[in-house]
Parts: sequence; structure tokens; C-alpha cells
Amino acid sequence: MYSPAAKAVAEKLGLQTGRANLEEFADTLLALAQANRNVLAVTSDSRGSGKLGPFGHALPKQIVEVGIAEQNLVGIAAGLGSCGKKVFAVSPACFLTARSLEQIKNDLCYSDHPVTLVGISAGVSYGALGTTHHSLHDFAVLRAINNITIVAPADNFEAREAVRVCAGHDKPVYLRFGKAPLYTLPAADTAPFTLGKARELRAGHDVAFLASGETVIHALLAATHLAETAGLQCRVVSVPFVKPLDHAAVLAAARECRAVITVEEHLVNGGLGEAVAGLIAQAGIATRFKIVALPDEYTVTGSQAEIFRHYGLTMEGLSATAQGLLDRN
Amino acid sequence: MPTDHELALKSLLYRRNLLRWIKHAGAGHTGGSLSCVDILNVLYNRILRVSPATFSDPRRDRYIQSKGHSVEALYVVLADRGFFPESDLATLCGYQSHYVGHPTRHVAGIEQNTGALGHGLPLAVGTALASKLDDAGFRAFTLVGDGELAEGSNWEAALAGAHYQLDNLTAIIDCNTLQITGRTRDVMNHEPLSEKWSAFGWAVRTVDGHDLAALTAALEQPLEAGKPSCIIARTTKGKGVSFMEDVGKWHHGVPSDAEHAKASAELDAAIAQLVGGAA
Repeated sequence: MYSPAAKAVAEKLGLQTGRANLEEFADTLLALAQANRNVLAVTSDSRGSGKLGPFGHALPKQIVEVGIAEQNLVGIAAGLGSCGKKVFAVSPACFLTARSLEQIKNDLCYSDHPVTLVGISAGVSYGALGTTHHSLHDFAVLRAINNITIVAPADNFEAREAVRVCAGHDKPVYLRFGKAPLYTLPAADTAPFTLGKARELRAGHDVAFLASGETVIHALLAATHLAETAGLQCRVVSVPFVKPLDHAAVLAAARECRAVITVEEHLVNGGLGEAVAGLIAQAGIATRFKIVALPDEYTVTGSQAEIFRHYGLTMEGLSATAQGLLDRN
Repeated sequence: MPTDHELALKSLLYRRNLLRWIKHAGAGHTGGSLSCVDILNVLYNRILRVSPATFSDPRRDRYIQSKGHSVEALYVVLADRGFFPESDLATLCGYQSHYVGHPTRHVAGIEQNTGALGHGLPLAVGTALASKLDDAGFRAFTLVGDGELAEGSNWEAALAGAHYQLDNLTAIIDCNTLQITGRTRDVMNHEPLSEKWSAFGWAVRTVDGHDLAALTAALEQPLEAGKPSCIIARTTKGKGVSFMEDVGKWHHGVPSDAEHAKASAELDAAIAQLVGGAA
């Protein structure tokens, strides 16, 4: 995932290697379900890929299997949720947010049931498996549906806190993460995880990186690298909530920094970047701005790390984008 | 519990009233409302353990109308059961009205927002499963159109209902044989229906969907322990109004003034005959 140079920067920052958010999710959910028998996991032949084997062994009456049937997964989850169950419907993000989109729109969001959709192996986590298995559309399609919160945690801390927020939230939520081990980011103590709020991980006034999910680490490494190599002080903001977007944090970044770069593991269309762009433009702020995401083209295949590198979602790529943006006349 | 006679009278009144509100709104799904209203009559007056007073009781029975377009039938039945004043329906399909052209939970008595087809059965499976998980003892019913059976999600849910042995789940198929394009058998044939549901592991009974006694008998109890129930209700689209019966254009046809007067006169005559016969 990381170049030797990026690893060196991470080491200098003292970042610890955590585990995959998927594993953090599974353990947190198990603990919640052990304390509350109304917490259910619903799976579509995704128990193994969702790391829910231990959950199934420990709490066999709190896991519901629906087979390979994502429409039914969401419909059944909504039915359970309407009867007082606290449901986590777990399925690969690529299928969950495309195959069952009408069920999400109507059965969850329109009918308003407290179900958390857990999109696992999101983005290009399944990068080598081809476009069928990529979810680069999920922010866009779900942003266009009323009454759903969209969360993409950046590290194990955010993942753990996100699961707890979802369990306590009486509304539909989409929780999305990947399956690669992640560095543990700083600021767990100083920037609390709160519904709808962004988290500032690093202060600065040159470039503001507004990043979501598993790209946040790369923005943090880039900001650190730019400080060392170019003397730039860049702000890094983790934006776990793509919706509702933290307007105050976005507008502050746009007003206080010389340029804004958004970063996301999503297609350039309709995701975090366009949400931020719309907000900044409507606030009447003119600033240097760049969306770093996957372009609207046939997506290259390979590992998640290779795809990130290909499209510049790395320390090196983001550093070059930032310098290019500041150098632009 | 209403008598057979009272129930029969309700069916006629529901028909007359739903036509009145469709006429008033200038919109509605006339044919399908008339085909399913006897089923709703039996459900809400004889089967479902739910009332305005118990609607927030977690152990109430649930009814989910998958064929959401026939909402006018549901509205008049819910109004009659006291969930809201029938005069509210003067706003049907009007600006900012909660009484929209498909069911929503903004209306008292409605469990799920439906209208897109193929959603009711998965929702009902989840509902019945919740009852089983908590040993709560309530039943879940859903009304599915026959044309709607072309939606694949129904068959995903049919597998799950049998897999989880949900004998507290009942799917009622309003089998009126017509959909917007024409005969269901010509658009996408789903027969033999009974064999299909049996093969999916459901207990099946076919009834005359306008025979209130037969519907009551079929719905009173689950058909078989350990299996979900499928009631294939053979119905007539537009039932109860001579010129609407089994005529496709009444799928969402709104009667003209003259047609509405004629339909009302027919139903009033039937009501008078029924009331006179009992006197």
C-alpha cells in the first residue's frame, strides 16, 4: 500500500499499524450485540467476508442469513427494523448499493427504519476482481436519496466509533469500509467522533486536504511530506460523514486555506468532492480547488494499492497535486 | 366481530366509497381496488389483531400492502376501522396531502411505504421473522398483485419464508388476471401458481377472492405448521360494477360523471337489496 518514502514518513509520525476496519467492525458489533439482544446481523452469504464467523458462533440467534439475495437482504432488514430490531445488514458494498438500491430508497429511507447498511470491501478493495466488484458509485447514488447518513471511517478508531454511532441512531445509515490493514491516525483524543462532524487531524493554512475513508492516511502523509520538502503547512481533515456534510469544517477550510483538495476512493462524479465543491461555490468562495478521485473512465484493475498509485491517491500523488494547484496562475 | 351480513354490506359500502374518493380526486387505481377490497374487508374486520388503540403495540398483527397502487381500498377500510375520519380523503392526491396515491406511514394504520412492486413480501418476511425471534406471536400478512409476481424479489422472499418456516406469514395473491398492458398470462405467464408456491415450500390454498366466508376460513389460522401460507385469491378486476368488471382500462381509469352515477346506482341498488333482504 505504501511506498518506502511514505512508510518512512509514517514512521516519523509514529503511526502504529492497526488492523482492517472490517475486523474492528466485527468485534465492535459482537460486543454491542452481546449487550443488546435486539442487535442483529443480517448477511447475504457474506458471513465470512464480513468477518462475522465469531459473531455467528457466539450469538447464533442474532444473525440472519438470507442467501445471495441483496434485494431480500434489505427488504428483510427493513421488516426486522420496523419491529424494533437494531439491524446491521452486511454485504459487499458493490452489490449492496446497486442491486438493492430501490429497497434502500423505499424500504429503508422512505419508510424510515433504523437499519445500518454495512458496505464491506468498498471502493476498490476488490480491485483485481474487476468493475463488478468495485463500488465507486455508492456515495453518489446514496447522496441522491433523502434520509440516509453516509459514513466512511478512516481508521480503526473511526470505525469503532462509527459502529457505536450507528447502533444509537434511529435512522438509516450506510457505513462503508475496506479490508486492508490501516495505520492508526493521530487525534483520537483531541478530535472526537461525532455524527455529522469532520475531524481535523493536522492544522495548516496552505492546502486543506478534505479526505474520506481509507484515503485520509495518504492525505496526512502528503501534508507531512509537503511540510518537510516544501515548507508548506497543510490542513488535513478527515470527513467520515459524506452526508450530512460538516458545512462549518468545509467552509472554514475554504476560507482559511489557499487551496482545497478533496480525496476519496470513489468516482469523481457525485461523491465527496462534488459535495464540497457545491457547498463552496454556493457560499460564494472562490478558491483553488481539485477533486482527487477515480476518473470517469474504465477503471484499471489491480490491488487497491496499485489502483491508488495509478490514480494518484498516494502521498506522492497528492503532494504533486497540491504543489501543482498552488503553482497555478 | 361483524356477522356475514354486516361484512357483505361493508364490501358494498367500501366499493361505493372508494369510487367516490377516486372520482373526487380525479385519480386512482379503480380496478385493482375493487378486486382486493373484499380481502381487506375480511382482514381488517375479522383477522388482524390491530386497531387504532393497539397500533403502537409491538405485538399487533402487521398488514403490508405490496400492491400499493390499490391504496384507495385500504384508505376506505382504515377509515371505517376508525384510524382516521373518512372525510380526510377529500384531500386524496391533493397538494401536500398525506393521502397520496400509494401507502405511506404518514397515514394512521399504515405499516410500510409501498408502491414500487415486489417489496411487500420481503418486508413481511422480516416482520414475521422478528415475531419468531421474540416469540411475540404476531402474524404478518401481505397482499401481492398477480402481475407483480414477475418481480424477482418476490421469489427471493418466497425462498426465505419457507427456509425460516414462517408459519406466521401469509401472502395473499390478488389474482385478477389483468395488468396494465393486458392479460397477465400474455404479458408474463406465472401459472401454474399453486404448484409454484408449493414447490417453494409454502402451504397453498386457492379461494374465490370475493367469497367472504372462504377468505375468512383461509386466513383465520396459518394453513400448516412450519410453513408460510399462500392464499391465491381468484378475483375479478373492477368487481362489483358491471361495466368495470374484467375490463383492463379500469386499471387506473377514473369514471366520468355519468359512469360514476351509474356505478353508484348499481352499488346503491345492491346495498338496498342486501338491507331489504335482511329486514
